[in-house]
Amino acid sequence: MLAPGRPKPKPTPETQHFWDGCKEGKLLLQRCGDTGKAYFPPRPFSPYTGTRNVEVFEASGRATLHSYVIHHRPVPGFTPPYAIAVVELEEGPRMMTNIIDCEQTPEALQLDMKMEVAFTPLDEEVTLPLFRPAKESK
Amino acid sequence: MIRPGEIAVVGAAESTKIGAVPGMSQIMLHADAALNAMAETGLKPGDIDGVACVGPMMPQQIAHYLGITPKWVDGTGVGGCSFMLHVRHAAAAIHAGYAKTILITHGESGKSRINATPRPPEPESLNGQFEVPYGPFGPPTLFPIPVLRYMKERGVSHEDLAMVAVVQREWAGRNPRAMFRDPITVDDVLNSRMIAYPFRILQCCLVTDGGGALILTSADRAKDFPTKPVYILGTGESVETNMVSQMKDFTSSSAFRVAGPTAIEAAGIDRSAVDHMMIYDAFAHLPLYGLEDLGFCKPGEAAGFIREGNTRPGGKLPLNTNGGGLSYTHTGMYGMFALQESIRQMRGTAPAQVPGAKISVCHGVGGMFSASGTVVFSNEQP
Repeated sequence: MLAPGRPKPKPTPETQHFWDGCKEGKLLLQRCGDTGKAYFPPRPFSPYTGTRNVEVFEASGRATLHSYVIHHRPVPGFTPPYAIAVVELEEGPRMMTNIIDCEQTPEALQLDMKMEVAFTPLDEEVTLPLFRPAKESK
Repeated sequence: MIRPGEIAVVGAAESTKIGAVPGMSQIMLHADAALNAMAETGLKPGDIDGVACVGPMMPQQIAHYLGITPKWVDGTGVGGCSFMLHVRHAAAAIHAGYAKTILITHGESGKSRINATPRPPEPESLNGQFEVPYGPFGPPTLFPIPVLRYMKERGVSHEDLAMVAVVQREWAGRNPRAMFRDPITVDDVLNSRMIAYPFRILQCCLVTDGGGALILTSADRAKDFPTKPVYILGTGESVETNMVSQMKDFTSSSAFRVAGPTAIEAAGIDRSAVDHMMIYDAFAHLPLYGLEDLGFCKPGEAAGFIREGNTRPGGKLPLNTNGGGLSYTHTGMYGMFALQESIRQMRGTAPAQVPGAKISVCHGVGGMFSASGTVVFSNEQP
């Protein structure tokens, strides 16, 4: 369980499946029916063509570290210094996240390093898709 | 189409004081600047027939506070560059005949927080669901998110990003109204307090109180005003995303690449004709993105362009000559102050005046690479 005080996301009808998936340990993305391309954040239509013909699918959870900052100031629910990162999923979309099981230093956090999803409960209701260095890259 | 030089800025003023202004609420900072702009033009509130401002302040609040009955309003709110978009929309409105004399105002009690209204993202918004839970805390943690990727792709060093702040402080040293004026070195920047790696405090904008106002009218009417007209040659605008994590390319802003070239093409000018430039610098990386995305430098060359002194006093492209958001002032929505400096340069009244400057490009960013607006000004009508 994460430290208390962290802001809690509130799902909407369009994003509920994503958060339900996280709770079940599945990283659910959506795919455009016209182009086959994956997208994020969730919405019931394709941002590429506007088609409502989209499907939800389970992503591999594999990603690379695309960019980040390491915040050094106190924030409720967080212990500085902590990285606020963006990972690029194997399927293409990027998402903001935190990196766990890794020192929060520029030396430890190398861009393009391999990451894997690490579902971490925020509380009883919400689980966040955090990421950790992939086992193979350790 | 609107012609280059068809619309002019006749009034331009900042609030009487900027920096720490604990004696004024947010709406009074708007009004103080508006009254200063009206005073220099000889206009009264009853002469204004169009009003634009950006949320949380709504046009009806400003119109009523100042005693204006507008025929045209614009509350476009896309962050700190909203004023560049207001200029663009106001020029189009005057061209279309919707209004004759338009007032654009800004006021923000960013430091003193008097009647300031913070609006944190709602937990069910997309930002609230997909960014906020990971601990970003204001612009210093979000705006620099793409920087490490930019540095890696472009071969830019920490020293390069420190140099941006050093050069702007050099400009600020020539400006009595700048908040920070003492010279700084690259080492000073790299040894200043870490905020959010890779950025330290001297690479982050100030947080101040202040306001600004612009009055636009047709170039034909501009000749009747006591102020020197500053003509609008071209404008551009765009938006990309409200979530920096979803920015398509971390090394280049889509909104910049649309707004900037649109304005320059509309102006019908060559980039080599530009004498003066403002690029909204909420953080030290923005001038690099701006120079590259607007086509003044090739991708990867902006850091060297600044390092080699091209944007310094005496350089071939003086940039952020008021000291910028890093050293002059930054209320939270700095775009109005970038516009004010472009106007001063075109009027020939800037504290650090660029001798003989005839064309100024003023480029703004809104949110965290969310939005962009660009205005090309000249003191000569084409």
